[in-house]
Amino acid sequence: MTTTPIGAAARPEAPTALLDVRDLRKVYGGGSRSVEAVRNLTFSIAPGELVCIVGPSGAGKTTLLRCVAGLLDTTSGEVVLEGEKVTGPPRGMAVVFQEYGRSLFPWMTVRQNVELPLKEKKVPKAERRRLVEQALEAVGLADVHNAHPWQLSGGMQQRVAIARAVAYEPRILLMDEPFAAVDAQTRADLEDLVRTLWRRLGVTVLFVTHDIDESVYLGQRVIVLSNSPTVVLEEVAVDLPDDRDQLTTRSLPRFAELRAHVYELIQRAKRGDRPVG
Amino acid sequence: MRDPGRGLRILLLPALPLLLVATWWLTTADSTNFFWPPLERILRTFDETWFTGRFTADVLPSLARLLAGYLVAVALGVGLGTAIGSSRTLRALVEPVLEFFRAIPAPVLVPILMLFAGIGNEMKVLVIVSGCVWPVLLNTVEGVRALDEVLRDTARCYRLRPRSRLVHLVLRGAGPQIAAGARQALSIGIILMVISEMFAASNGVGFTIIQFQRGFAIPQMWTGIIMLGLIGVVLSMIFRVVESRVLSWYTGLRASQRTKG
Repeated sequence: MTTTPIGAAARPEAPTALLDVRDLRKVYGGGSRSVEAVRNLTFSIAPGELVCIVGPSGAGKTTLLRCVAGLLDTTSGEVVLEGEKVTGPPRGMAVVFQEYGRSLFPWMTVRQNVELPLKEKKVPKAERRRLVEQALEAVGLADVHNAHPWQLSGGMQQRVAIARAVAYEPRILLMDEPFAAVDAQTRADLEDLVRTLWRRLGVTVLFVTHDIDESVYLGQRVIVLSNSPTVVLEEVAVDLPDDRDQLTTRSLPRFAELRAHVYELIQRAKRGDRPVG
Repeated sequence: MRDPGRGLRILLLPALPLLLVATWWLTTADSTNFFWPPLERILRTFDETWFTGRFTADVLPSLARLLAGYLVAVALGVGLGTAIGSSRTLRALVEPVLEFFRAIPAPVLVPILMLFAGIGNEMKVLVIVSGCVWPVLLNTVEGVRALDEVLRDTARCYRLRPRSRLVHLVLRGAGPQIAAGARQALSIGIILMVISEMFAASNGVGFTIIQFQRGFAIPQMWTGIIMLGLIGVVLSMIFRVVESRVLSWYTGLRASQRTKG
């Protein structure tokens, strides 16, 4: 079921999964008006993997991500990160939200935004400085340290949010439809940025999206969700070469096949198909 | 981009005040009405009325009480407002009570406060606090409650400690609302400063105005009223300077949202 992570080959493969989601169920509300958003989700992610989760709209993708992030209590089942049950936002996890404009502190400069979580982690000042500079450099924003987020374009704001996550040096990075609100060209750039950072840093990435192309282009594995109440419909291993770029990768026959396969799964999910058994 | 109308607006800023003063001056120029002395006479007595000892004896004590009461009210309002705004249970519990107390005009508390706090400075400061605290408190509650959900989640994900969350998220985020409350509180504070000095006082601007009125020193009484107006203008100017510094991010954010549509 799991594929070997190729990207972070430098890191020796740990025997256990980094993230384990077991029988996750989430019901909103109580009594007769309760809504079952997630019925049963079980999957795991190995250290260094880049996994995409894709599903039709309303499939409870955000619910799932919020449960994994420890922002939302599960109704039953559990999320285990590095052997520890998640009950609140765990250490060593960073999240990039879709609403970049609302996830950066508007009263802080770009630098302060990136630096704040490091201060909370009590990283010494010199080290903090280095991390902030490196992170901003890595996302291509080395020259806007003292700007405020609202002075930047949407794509640049999301880069700041990514820089903040990267500087935090998380072991797992959760991304909740991070590029849904930026234009197509910016989105392509940001997708490449995520691939580059992931390969360079060896961080584990869980990337939630509703965009089929994006999930195939980015992931080593794509987990396709059913419609609500959500279960895992299928896990698709993406056997594309590790060096990907927008032009060649997307024109590979294999890319088209995988894309068509995931597309078909999503169509089935929309019709309400469920995995057998 | 620079606003082309800005120069014009700065020129026009003193236009209305000048017009009003001119109207007052002209309509009272040859007034013989005892209660409406010519503005010229009022202004001539201004200097000797206020700058021959009354500034330190009356104006400064008034301002000191105002400042004390105002600062206590802001601290209290922000403190309680943050607590109430952060907790749904607390909010449900105290909100009806708040509405009740807020509806009581502070001046009617003066006789009651005199019983507890005597007739000294404490009473006057308390009157100012009891009136100023409400706009700050209620605006803070609103500001804290309306904090962006995504921003809250972000703070949780990056495990901000409670203290940093308060300083970097809650207070900064509620800042614009708190400032709106503090601005309202300032004008209420000036009114209460005067009212508190009309009962059982021995100095202060309000006290002095009442003394002049009772002594039929009508031009002097008018200078007191002008003095109050000037205090109000200066204080609101100081407030604006502080506000524009602290909330420059907010002005910028709003402007950028407008241009982005």
